[in-house]
Amino acid sequence: MNTATRVQSQGLQLAPKKAMDIKEIFFHGLFLCCAMVGVLSVSTIGWFVFNEGLPAFKEAGVTEFVTGKEWLPPALYGIFPMIVASIISTAGAVMIGVPIAILTAVFLAEIAPKWLADLVRPAVELLAGIPSVVYGFFGLVIIVPAIETLFNIPAGNTLLAGIIVLAIMILPTVITISETSIRALPSVYKEGALALGASHVYSIFKVLIPAAKSGILTGVALGVARAIGETMAIIMVMGNAPAMPGSILEPARTLTANIAMEMAYATGIHSNALYATGIVLLAFIVLLNGSLLYLNRKRAY
Amino acid sequence: MNKLQVSNLDLFYGENHALKDISIDIPQRQVTALIGPSGCGKSTLLRTLNRMNDLVAGVKITGTVAFEGEDIYADVDVKQLRMRVGMVFQKPNPFPMSIYENIAFGLKAQGVKDKKVLDQVVEDSLRGAALWEEVKDRLNTPAFGLSGGQQQRLCIARAIAMEPEVILMDEPTSALDPIATHKIEELMDELRKKFTIVIVTHSMNQAKRISDRTAFFWMGELVEQGETQQVFNNPQDSRTQGYVSGEFG
Repeated sequence: MNTATRVQSQGLQLAPKKAMDIKEIFFHGLFLCCAMVGVLSVSTIGWFVFNEGLPAFKEAGVTEFVTGKEWLPPALYGIFPMIVASIISTAGAVMIGVPIAILTAVFLAEIAPKWLADLVRPAVELLAGIPSVVYGFFGLVIIVPAIETLFNIPAGNTLLAGIIVLAIMILPTVITISETSIRALPSVYKEGALALGASHVYSIFKVLIPAAKSGILTGVALGVARAIGETMAIIMVMGNAPAMPGSILEPARTLTANIAMEMAYATGIHSNALYATGIVLLAFIVLLNGSLLYLNRKRAY
Repeated sequence: MNKLQVSNLDLFYGENHALKDISIDIPQRQVTALIGPSGCGKSTLLRTLNRMNDLVAGVKITGTVAFEGEDIYADVDVKQLRMRVGMVFQKPNPFPMSIYENIAFGLKAQGVKDKKVLDQVVEDSLRGAALWEEVKDRLNTPAFGLSGGQQQRLCIARAIAMEPEVILMDEPTSALDPIATHKIEELMDELRKKFTIVIVTHSMNQAKRISDRTAFFWMGELVEQGETQQVFNNPQDSRTQGYVSGEFG
Protein backbone atom coordinates (compact mmCIF):
# COMPACT_ATOMS: atom_id res chain seq x y z
CA MET A 1 0.00 0.00 0.00
CA ASN A 2 1.53 3.31 -1.03
CA THR A 3 1.32 6.51 0.95
CA ALA A 4 -1.46 8.08 -1.09
CA THR A 5 -3.84 5.16 -0.74
CA ARG A 6 -3.02 4.84 2.95
CA VAL A 7 -3.87 8.50 3.50
CA GLN A 8 -7.10 8.03 1.56
CA SER A 9 -8.08 4.94 3.44
CA GLN A 10 -7.65 6.81 6.71
CA GLY A 11 -9.88 9.55 5.41
CA LEU A 12 -7.13 12.16 5.53
CA GLN A 13 -6.64 14.84 2.92
CA LEU A 14 -3.33 15.99 1.55
CA ALA A 15 -2.21 19.28 3.08
CA PRO A 16 -3.16 22.33 0.99
CA LYS A 17 -0.34 23.27 -1.33
CA LYS A 18 -0.40 27.02 -0.84
CA ALA A 19 0.44 27.29 2.87
CA MET A 20 3.52 25.18 2.36
CA ASP A 21 4.69 27.21 -0.61
CA ILE A 22 4.40 30.58 1.12
CA LYS A 23 6.65 29.43 3.92
CA GLU A 24 9.20 28.05 1.45
CA ILE A 25 9.13 31.18 -0.67
CA PHE A 26 9.46 33.39 2.39
CA PHE A 27 12.58 31.60 3.58
CA HIS A 28 14.13 31.44 0.14
CA GLY A 29 13.61 35.18 -0.06
CA LEU A 30 15.10 35.68 3.37
CA PHE A 31 18.22 33.72 2.39
CA LEU A 32 18.51 35.76 -0.79
CA CYS A 33 18.13 39.07 1.08
CA CYS A 34 20.88 38.12 3.52
CA ALA A 35 23.18 37.09 0.68
CA MET A 36 22.49 40.40 -1.05
CA VAL A 37 23.67 42.47 1.95
CA GLY A 38 27.29 41.54 1.21
CA VAL A 39 27.02 41.98 -2.53
CA LEU A 40 25.27 45.33 -2.19
CA SER A 41 27.82 46.59 0.32
CA VAL A 42 30.72 45.71 -1.92
CA SER A 43 29.15 47.34 -4.96
CA THR A 44 28.16 50.45 -3.00
CA ILE A 45 31.65 50.83 -1.59
CA GLY A 46 33.15 50.34 -5.02
CA TRP A 47 30.76 52.82 -6.63
CA PHE A 48 31.34 55.55 -4.04
CA VAL A 49 35.09 55.18 -3.99
CA PHE A 50 35.25 55.29 -7.78
CA ASN A 51 32.80 58.16 -8.02
CA GLU A 52 34.73 60.26 -5.52
CA GLY A 53 38.15 59.24 -6.74
CA LEU A 54 37.74 59.72 -10.49
CA PRO A 55 37.98 63.57 -10.41
CA ALA A 56 41.47 63.19 -8.95
CA PHE A 57 42.46 60.86 -11.74
CA LYS A 58 41.10 63.41 -14.24
CA GLU A 59 42.93 66.28 -12.56
CA ALA A 60 46.30 64.60 -12.07
CA GLY A 61 46.13 61.90 -14.72
CA VAL A 62 46.10 58.21 -13.82
CA THR A 63 49.71 57.62 -14.80
CA GLU A 64 51.00 60.68 -12.97
CA PHE A 65 48.92 59.80 -9.93
CA VAL A 66 50.15 56.22 -9.72
CA THR A 67 53.78 56.81 -10.74
CA GLY A 68 54.32 60.32 -9.32
CA LYS A 69 56.88 60.46 -6.56
CA GLU A 70 55.74 63.67 -4.87
CA TRP A 71 52.73 64.05 -2.60
CA LEU A 72 52.29 67.77 -1.96
CA PRO A 73 48.61 68.60 -1.89
CA PRO A 74 47.13 70.66 -3.38
CA ALA A 75 49.92 70.88 -5.98
CA LEU A 76 51.25 67.36 -6.54
CA TYR A 77 49.44 64.09 -6.15
CA GLY A 78 51.86 61.22 -6.65
CA ILE A 79 51.32 58.09 -4.59
CA PHE A 80 54.10 55.89 -5.91
CA PRO A 81 56.07 56.01 -2.62
CA MET A 82 52.97 54.85 -0.79
CA ILE A 83 52.38 52.01 -3.22
CA VAL A 84 55.96 50.95 -2.63
CA ALA A 85 55.54 51.25 1.15
CA SER A 86 52.35 49.18 1.09
CA ILE A 87 53.90 46.47 -1.06
CA ILE A 88 57.14 46.28 0.92
CA SER A 89 55.46 46.28 4.32
CA THR A 90 53.03 43.56 3.23
CA ALA A 91 55.65 41.46 1.45
CA GLY A 92 58.00 41.78 4.42
CA ALA A 93 55.24 40.80 6.83
CA VAL A 94 54.43 37.76 4.69
CA MET A 95 58.08 36.75 4.44
CA ILE A 96 58.52 36.86 8.21
CA GLY A 97 55.03 35.95 9.35
CA VAL A 98 54.03 33.11 7.02
CA PRO A 99 56.92 30.71 7.75
CA ILE A 100 56.48 31.26 11.50
CA ALA A 101 52.73 30.73 11.13
CA ILE A 102 53.04 27.54 9.07
CA LEU A 103 55.56 26.03 11.46
CA THR A 104 53.31 26.96 14.39
CA ALA A 105 50.37 25.33 12.62
CA VAL A 106 52.39 22.16 12.07
CA PHE A 107 53.43 22.21 15.71
CA LEU A 108 49.83 22.50 16.86
CA ALA A 109 48.44 19.94 14.44
CA GLU A 110 51.19 17.34 14.47
CA ILE A 111 53.79 17.71 17.16
CA ALA A 112 52.57 19.40 20.34
CA PRO A 113 51.17 17.17 23.08
CA LYS A 114 47.51 17.91 23.71
CA TRP A 115 48.03 19.97 26.86
CA LEU A 116 50.58 22.23 25.16
CA ALA A 117 48.44 22.66 22.05
CA ASP A 118 45.52 23.57 24.32
CA LEU A 119 47.74 26.26 25.82
CA VAL A 120 49.19 27.67 22.59
CA ARG A 121 45.99 27.65 20.52
CA PRO A 122 43.96 30.01 22.78
CA ALA A 123 46.97 32.31 22.96
CA VAL A 124 47.08 32.47 19.17
CA GLU A 125 43.33 33.02 18.97
CA LEU A 126 43.62 35.81 21.52
CA LEU A 127 46.18 37.45 19.24
CA ALA A 128 43.47 37.65 16.59
CA GLY A 129 41.18 39.55 18.92
CA ILE A 130 43.62 42.27 19.95
CA PRO A 131 42.60 45.65 18.45
CA SER A 132 45.11 47.04 16.01
CA VAL A 133 45.60 50.18 18.07
CA VAL A 134 46.98 47.97 20.84
CA TYR A 135 49.38 46.40 18.34
CA GLY A 136 50.42 49.96 17.62
CA PHE A 137 51.20 50.53 21.30
CA PHE A 138 53.17 47.33 21.40
CA GLY A 139 55.13 48.45 18.35
CA LEU A 140 55.80 51.87 19.84
CA VAL A 141 56.93 50.59 23.21
CA ILE A 142 58.89 47.50 22.21
CA ILE A 143 59.79 47.39 18.52
CA VAL A 144 60.51 51.04 17.73
CA PRO A 145 63.01 51.46 20.62
CA ALA A 146 64.53 48.08 19.82
CA ILE A 147 65.17 49.16 16.23
CA GLU A 148 66.71 52.43 17.47
CA THR A 149 69.14 50.53 19.68
CA LEU A 150 69.85 47.69 17.31
CA PHE A 151 70.59 49.79 14.22
CA ASN A 152 71.74 52.89 16.08
CA ILE A 153 69.34 55.27 14.34
CA PRO A 154 67.65 58.35 15.85
CA ALA A 155 64.06 57.36 15.05
CA GLY A 156 62.82 53.77 15.09
CA ASN A 157 59.52 54.65 13.39
CA THR A 158 60.43 52.88 10.18
CA LEU A 159 59.22 50.56 7.49
CA LEU A 160 60.92 47.74 9.41
CA ALA A 161 58.84 48.45 12.53
CA GLY A 162 55.71 48.27 10.38
CA ILE A 163 56.84 44.99 8.83
CA ILE A 164 57.39 43.39 12.22
CA VAL A 165 54.07 44.55 13.66
CA LEU A 166 52.22 43.36 10.54
CA ALA A 167 54.04 40.02 10.62
CA ILE A 168 52.71 39.44 14.13
CA MET A 169 49.24 40.64 13.21
CA ILE A 170 48.84 38.14 10.37
CA LEU A 171 50.01 35.20 12.51
CA PRO A 172 46.63 34.16 13.97
CA THR A 173 44.85 34.13 10.61
CA VAL A 174 47.49 32.07 8.87
CA ILE A 175 48.04 29.76 11.87
CA THR A 176 44.37 29.00 12.46
CA ILE A 177 43.53 28.30 8.83
CA SER A 178 46.71 26.30 8.19
CA GLU A 179 46.23 24.20 11.31
CA THR A 180 42.63 23.47 10.37
CA SER A 181 43.63 22.40 6.87
CA ILE A 182 46.45 20.18 8.13
CA ARG A 183 44.12 18.56 10.64
CA ALA A 184 41.51 18.06 7.93
CA LEU A 185 43.87 15.87 5.89
CA PRO A 186 42.90 12.21 5.86
CA SER A 187 45.17 10.21 8.17
CA VAL A 188 46.13 7.96 5.24
CA TYR A 189 48.62 10.55 3.97
CA LYS A 190 50.63 10.51 7.14
CA GLU A 191 50.27 6.75 7.61
CA GLY A 192 51.26 6.13 4.02
CA ALA A 193 54.42 8.20 4.36
CA LEU A 194 55.42 6.69 7.71
CA ALA A 195 54.73 3.17 6.46
CA LEU A 196 57.39 3.73 3.80
CA GLY A 197 59.96 4.40 6.49
CA ALA A 198 59.94 8.18 6.09
CA SER A 199 60.60 10.23 9.21
CA HIS A 200 57.86 12.31 10.77
CA VAL A 201 59.53 15.58 9.78
CA TYR A 202 60.07 14.40 6.19
CA SER A 203 56.42 13.38 5.99
CA ILE A 204 55.34 16.78 7.28
CA PHE A 205 57.35 18.77 4.74
CA LYS A 206 56.92 16.49 1.74
CA VAL A 207 53.40 15.19 2.15
CA LEU A 208 51.32 17.00 4.77
CA ILE A 209 52.18 20.62 3.97
CA PRO A 210 51.91 20.11 0.18
CA ALA A 211 48.63 18.27 0.67
CA ALA A 212 47.27 21.10 2.80
CA LYS A 213 48.59 23.70 0.37
CA SER A 214 45.26 25.04 -0.81
CA GLY A 215 44.11 25.70 2.75
CA ILE A 216 47.42 27.24 3.69
CA LEU A 217 47.31 29.53 0.64
CA THR A 218 43.82 30.64 1.63
CA GLY A 219 45.24 31.57 5.04
CA VAL A 220 48.07 33.46 3.39
CA ALA A 221 45.63 35.32 1.13
CA LEU A 222 43.61 36.44 4.15
CA GLY A 223 46.83 37.40 5.92
CA VAL A 224 47.93 39.49 2.94
CA ALA A 225 44.55 41.19 2.84
CA ARG A 226 44.84 42.01 6.52
CA ALA A 227 48.40 43.31 6.16
CA ILE A 228 47.74 45.53 3.17
CA GLY A 229 44.56 46.90 4.71
CA GLU A 230 45.97 47.53 8.18
CA THR A 231 45.96 51.22 9.09
CA MET A 232 46.05 52.18 12.73
CA ALA A 233 49.03 50.14 13.89
CA ILE A 234 50.96 51.21 10.81
CA ILE A 235 50.32 54.91 11.40
CA MET A 236 51.61 54.53 14.94
CA VAL A 237 54.92 52.85 14.11
CA MET A 238 55.95 53.73 10.57
CA GLY A 239 56.71 57.44 10.72
CA ASN A 240 54.35 58.26 7.82
CA ALA A 241 56.64 60.51 5.77
CA PRO A 242 55.11 60.58 2.27
CA ALA A 243 58.51 60.28 0.62
CA MET A 244 60.08 57.31 -1.11
CA PRO A 245 61.82 55.21 1.57
CA GLY A 246 65.48 54.58 0.73
CA SER A 247 65.63 51.47 2.90
CA ILE A 248 63.50 49.63 5.42
CA LEU A 249 65.22 51.72 8.11
CA GLU A 250 63.48 54.86 6.90
CA PRO A 251 59.96 56.06 7.65
CA ALA A 252 57.27 55.44 5.07
CA ARG A 253 53.57 55.98 4.54
CA THR A 254 51.25 53.26 3.26
CA LEU A 255 48.17 53.81 1.10
CA THR A 256 45.89 53.19 4.05
CA ALA A 257 47.80 55.56 6.32
CA ASN A 258 47.61 58.25 3.65
CA ILE A 259 43.83 58.08 3.59
CA ALA A 260 43.33 57.90 7.34
CA MET A 261 45.71 60.72 8.21
CA GLU A 262 44.48 63.34 5.75
CA MET A 263 40.79 62.56 5.39
CA ALA A 264 39.84 64.71 8.37
CA TYR A 265 40.96 67.98 6.79
CA ALA A 266 41.12 67.28 3.07
CA THR A 267 38.79 69.23 0.74
CA GLY A 268 38.18 69.42 -2.98
CA ILE A 269 40.63 67.62 -5.22
CA HIS A 270 42.74 66.67 -2.21
CA SER A 271 39.79 64.73 -0.84
CA ASN A 272 39.21 63.13 -4.26
CA ALA A 273 42.87 62.13 -4.33
CA LEU A 274 42.40 60.22 -1.08
CA TYR A 275 39.46 58.35 -2.58
CA ALA A 276 41.65 57.64 -5.60
CA THR A 277 44.23 56.21 -3.21
CA GLY A 278 41.42 53.93 -2.06
CA ILE A 279 40.83 52.83 -5.66
CA VAL A 280 44.48 51.86 -6.00
CA LEU A 281 44.28 49.98 -2.69
CA LEU A 282 41.16 48.12 -3.82
CA ALA A 283 42.84 47.24 -7.10
CA PHE A 284 45.78 45.79 -5.21
CA ILE A 285 43.59 43.67 -2.97
CA VAL A 286 41.61 42.34 -5.92
CA LEU A 287 44.85 41.60 -7.77
CA LEU A 288 46.47 39.84 -4.81
CA ASN A 289 43.45 37.75 -3.92
CA GLY A 290 42.85 36.94 -7.54
CA SER A 291 46.37 35.73 -8.15
CA LEU A 292 46.43 33.66 -4.97
CA LEU A 293 43.11 32.09 -5.86
CA TYR A 294 44.43 31.34 -9.32
CA LEU A 295 47.57 29.79 -7.86
CA ASN A 296 45.38 27.76 -5.57
CA ARG A 297 43.22 26.42 -8.32
CA LYS A 298 46.10 25.69 -10.67
CA ARG A 299 48.18 23.81 -8.16
CA ALA A 300 45.47 21.84 -6.38
CA TYR A 301 45.09 18.29 -7.54
CA MET B 1 61.17 -20.57 7.99
CA ASN B 2 59.13 -18.01 9.91
CA LYS B 3 59.56 -14.41 8.83
CA LEU B 4 57.45 -13.04 11.64
CA GLN B 5 56.65 -14.65 14.94
CA VAL B 6 54.04 -13.20 17.26
CA SER B 7 54.12 -14.60 20.79
CA ASN B 8 51.59 -14.02 23.57
CA LEU B 9 50.64 -10.61 22.26
CA ASP B 10 48.11 -8.56 24.21
CA LEU B 11 47.04 -5.15 23.01
CA PHE B 12 44.95 -2.57 24.80
CA TYR B 13 43.40 0.62 23.45
CA GLY B 14 42.97 2.30 26.82
CA GLU B 15 40.59 -0.05 28.65
CA ASN B 16 39.65 -1.97 25.52
CA HIS B 17 41.40 -5.33 25.35
CA ALA B 18 41.66 -5.52 21.56
CA LEU B 19 44.00 -8.50 21.13
CA LYS B 20 44.10 -11.37 23.58
CA ASP B 21 47.13 -13.59 23.91
CA ILE B 22 47.84 -13.89 20.20
CA SER B 23 50.54 -16.26 18.99
CA ILE B 24 50.99 -16.76 15.28
CA ASP B 25 53.85 -17.61 12.94
CA ILE B 26 54.08 -15.98 9.52
CA PRO B 27 56.09 -18.22 7.20
CA GLN B 28 58.39 -16.73 4.59
CA ARG B 29 57.18 -16.23 0.99
CA GLN B 30 53.69 -17.33 1.71
CA VAL B 31 50.41 -15.47 1.82
CA THR B 32 48.85 -15.47 5.24
CA ALA B 33 45.24 -14.28 5.37
CA LEU B 34 43.70 -12.82 8.53
CA ILE B 35 39.94 -13.18 8.49
CA GLY B 36 37.10 -12.52 10.89
CA PRO B 37 34.19 -10.13 11.45
CA SER B 38 34.66 -6.36 11.80
CA GLY B 39 36.24 -5.35 15.08
CA CYS B 40 37.74 -8.79 15.69
CA GLY B 41 41.28 -7.41 15.87
CA LYS B 42 42.69 -8.59 12.55
CA SER B 43 43.63 -5.11 11.32
CA THR B 44 44.98 -4.26 14.74
CA LEU B 45 47.26 -7.27 14.60
CA LEU B 46 48.41 -6.33 11.10
CA ARG B 47 49.31 -2.87 12.38
CA THR B 48 51.39 -4.25 15.21
CA LEU B 49 53.62 -5.96 12.64
CA ASN B 50 55.09 -2.67 11.36
CA ARG B 51 54.34 -0.70 14.51
CA MET B 52 51.72 1.53 12.90
CA ASN B 53 49.84 1.24 16.18
CA ASP B 54 52.50 3.51 17.66
CA LEU B 55 50.53 6.38 16.11
CA VAL B 56 47.50 5.63 18.27
CA ALA B 57 47.50 7.41 21.61
CA GLY B 58 46.97 5.22 24.65
CA VAL B 59 47.88 1.92 23.06
CA LYS B 60 49.61 -0.65 25.25
CA ILE B 61 51.26 -3.80 23.96
CA THR B 62 52.71 -6.78 25.82
CA GLY B 63 54.25 -9.94 24.40
CA THR B 64 56.69 -10.04 21.51
CA VAL B 65 56.66 -9.63 17.77
CA ALA B 66 59.85 -11.09 16.31
CA PHE B 67 60.99 -10.15 12.81
CA GLU B 68 63.67 -12.62 11.74
CA GLY B 69 64.10 -13.45 15.39
CA GLU B 70 64.50 -9.87 16.55
CA ASP B 71 61.88 -8.26 18.80
CA ILE B 72 60.54 -5.21 16.94
CA TYR B 73 59.17 -3.69 20.13
CA ALA B 74 62.63 -3.65 21.65
CA ASP B 75 64.80 -0.61 21.05
CA VAL B 76 64.84 -0.74 17.23
CA ASP B 77 64.77 1.87 14.47
CA VAL B 78 61.10 1.95 13.50
CA LYS B 79 61.85 3.65 10.18
CA GLN B 80 64.10 0.78 9.17
CA LEU B 81 61.54 -1.76 10.31
CA ARG B 82 58.89 -0.09 8.14
CA MET B 83 61.21 -0.16 5.14
CA ARG B 84 61.56 -3.91 5.54
CA VAL B 85 57.92 -4.49 6.43
CA GLY B 86 55.91 -2.47 3.91
CA MET B 87 52.21 -1.75 3.98
CA VAL B 88 49.31 -1.29 1.58
CA PHE B 89 46.18 0.33 2.97
CA GLN B 90 42.49 -0.29 2.63
CA LYS B 91 41.78 2.82 0.61
CA PRO B 92 44.30 3.61 -2.12
CA ASN B 93 46.30 6.50 -0.66
CA PRO B 94 48.59 7.97 -3.29
CA PHE B 95 50.24 11.21 -2.21
CA PRO B 96 49.14 14.42 -3.92
CA MET B 97 52.06 14.37 -6.35
CA SER B 98 53.00 12.78 -9.65
CA ILE B 99 53.06 9.04 -10.28
CA TYR B 100 56.85 9.18 -10.47
CA GLU B 101 57.20 11.12 -7.23
CA ASN B 102 54.88 8.72 -5.45
CA ILE B 103 57.11 5.77 -6.25
CA ALA B 104 60.33 7.67 -5.59
CA PHE B 105 59.05 9.05 -2.28
CA GLY B 106 60.35 6.31 -0.01
CA LEU B 107 63.83 6.33 -1.53
CA LYS B 108 64.02 10.10 -1.51
CA ALA B 109 63.07 10.04 2.16
CA GLN B 110 66.22 7.96 2.66
CA GLY B 111 68.29 10.57 0.84
CA VAL B 112 68.61 8.81 -2.52
CA LYS B 113 69.10 11.58 -5.10
CA ASP B 114 70.68 9.81 -8.07
CA LYS B 115 68.22 10.30 -10.93
CA LYS B 116 69.38 7.13 -12.70
CA VAL B 117 68.78 5.00 -9.62
CA LEU B 118 65.37 6.57 -9.04
CA ASP B 119 64.33 6.16 -12.68
CA GLN B 120 65.28 2.50 -12.58
CA VAL B 121 63.48 1.84 -9.30
CA VAL B 122 60.35 3.64 -10.51
CA GLU B 123 60.27 1.52 -13.66
CA ASP B 124 61.03 -1.75 -11.87
CA SER B 125 58.46 -1.10 -9.18
CA LEU B 126 55.73 -0.17 -11.63
CA ARG B 127 56.55 -3.28 -13.68
CA GLY B 128 56.47 -5.30 -10.48
CA ALA B 129 53.01 -3.96 -9.73
CA ALA B 130 51.81 -4.59 -13.31
CA LEU B 131 51.21 -0.90 -13.85
CA TRP B 132 54.13 0.16 -16.05
CA GLU B 133 52.45 -0.34 -19.41
CA GLU B 134 49.46 1.72 -18.33
CA VAL B 135 51.34 4.70 -16.94
CA LYS B 136 54.76 4.83 -18.62
CA ASP B 137 53.71 7.75 -20.82
CA ARG B 138 52.35 9.86 -17.99
CA LEU B 139 54.73 9.37 -15.11
CA ASN B 140 54.72 13.09 -14.41
CA THR B 141 50.97 13.48 -14.18
CA PRO B 142 49.14 13.54 -10.83
CA ALA B 143 48.56 10.13 -9.29
CA PHE B 144 44.96 11.15 -8.56
CA GLY B 145 44.27 10.91 -12.27
CA LEU B 146 44.48 7.11 -12.07
CA SER B 147 41.48 4.85 -11.50
CA GLY B 148 40.96 3.33 -8.05
CA GLY B 149 42.46 0.00 -9.05
CA GLN B 150 45.44 1.69 -10.69
CA GLN B 151 45.93 3.83 -7.59
CA GLN B 152 46.02 0.72 -5.42
CA ARG B 153 48.59 -0.89 -7.72
CA LEU B 154 50.53 2.36 -7.52
CA CYS B 155 50.50 2.00 -3.74
CA ILE B 156 51.76 -1.55 -4.09
CA ALA B 157 54.49 -0.30 -6.45
CA ARG B 158 55.35 2.38 -3.90
CA ALA B 159 55.70 -0.29 -1.24
CA ILE B 160 57.84 -2.64 -3.32
CA ALA B 161 60.11 0.24 -4.36
CA MET B 162 61.58 -0.04 -0.87
CA GLU B 163 62.40 -3.71 -1.55
CA PRO B 164 60.69 -4.86 1.64
CA GLU B 165 60.75 -8.45 2.79
CA VAL B 166 57.18 -8.42 4.06
CA ILE B 167 54.15 -6.64 2.62
CA LEU B 168 51.19 -6.07 4.90
CA MET B 169 47.88 -5.55 3.12
CA ASP B 170 44.91 -4.15 4.99
CA GLU B 171 41.82 -5.12 2.97
CA PRO B 172 43.55 -3.89 -0.19
CA THR B 173 40.61 -4.59 -2.51
CA SER B 174 37.64 -3.62 -0.36
CA ALA B 175 37.36 -0.23 -2.09
CA LEU B 176 37.72 -1.70 -5.59
CA ASP B 177 35.38 -3.18 -8.16
CA PRO B 178 35.59 -6.91 -9.06
CA ILE B 179 37.77 -6.38 -12.14
CA ALA B 180 40.30 -4.24 -10.29
CA THR B 181 40.18 -6.75 -7.45
CA HIS B 182 40.96 -9.56 -9.85
CA LYS B 183 43.99 -7.69 -11.15
CA ILE B 184 45.30 -7.13 -7.63
CA GLU B 185 44.82 -10.80 -6.80
CA GLU B 186 46.72 -11.81 -9.93
CA LEU B 187 49.44 -9.43 -8.90
CA MET B 188 49.61 -10.96 -5.44
CA ASP B 189 50.20 -14.32 -7.02
CA GLU B 190 53.35 -12.84 -8.58
CA LEU B 191 54.37 -11.01 -5.42
CA ARG B 192 54.28 -14.12 -3.26
CA LYS B 193 57.33 -15.42 -5.14
CA LYS B 194 59.45 -12.59 -3.76
CA PHE B 195 57.68 -11.31 -0.69
CA THR B 196 56.07 -12.57 2.47
CA ILE B 197 52.50 -11.30 2.41
CA VAL B 198 50.06 -10.83 5.26
CA ILE B 199 46.61 -9.79 4.12
CA VAL B 200 43.55 -8.77 6.10
CA THR B 201 40.41 -9.50 4.14
CA HIS B 202 36.67 -9.45 4.64
CA SER B 203 36.15 -11.71 1.67
CA MET B 204 36.40 -15.37 2.51
CA ASN B 205 36.52 -16.19 -1.18
CA GLN B 206 39.53 -13.95 -1.52
CA ALA B 207 41.24 -15.69 1.38
CA LYS B 208 40.47 -19.03 -0.24
CA ARG B 209 41.75 -17.92 -3.62
CA ILE B 210 45.00 -16.30 -2.67
CA SER B 211 46.26 -17.47 0.70
CA ASP B 212 48.41 -20.38 1.77
CA ARG B 213 47.53 -20.01 5.41
CA THR B 214 44.51 -18.52 7.13
CA ALA B 215 43.99 -17.28 10.67
CA PHE B 216 40.48 -16.69 12.00
CA PHE B 217 39.92 -13.98 14.61
CA TRP B 218 36.92 -13.60 16.85
CA MET B 219 36.51 -10.79 19.40
CA GLY B 220 40.22 -10.21 19.85
CA GLU B 221 41.09 -13.88 20.01
CA LEU B 222 42.92 -15.94 17.43
CA VAL B 223 40.49 -18.84 17.24
CA GLU B 224 42.11 -20.98 14.62
CA GLN B 225 45.01 -20.94 12.20
CA GLY B 226 46.38 -23.37 9.68
CA GLU B 227 46.59 -24.25 6.00
CA THR B 228 43.87 -22.35 4.16
CA GLN B 229 42.36 -25.57 2.76
CA GLN B 230 42.13 -27.06 6.21
CA VAL B 231 40.65 -23.95 7.88
CA PHE B 232 37.93 -23.68 5.26
CA ASN B 233 37.21 -27.35 4.62
CA ASN B 234 37.79 -28.87 7.99
CA PRO B 235 37.63 -26.20 10.71
CA GLN B 236 38.31 -27.45 14.19
CA ASP B 237 36.44 -24.77 16.11
CA SER B 238 32.67 -24.34 15.90
CA ARG B 239 33.04 -20.55 15.64
CA THR B 240 35.34 -20.93 12.64
CA GLN B 241 32.94 -23.34 11.09
CA GLY B 242 30.04 -20.95 11.61
CA TYR B 243 31.97 -18.07 10.07
CA VAL B 244 33.45 -19.80 7.03
CA SER B 245 30.15 -21.49 6.23
CA GLY B 246 28.50 -18.04 6.21
CA GLU B 247 26.18 -18.69 9.14
CA PHE B 248 27.21 -15.44 10.82
CA GLY B 249 29.76 -12.63 10.68
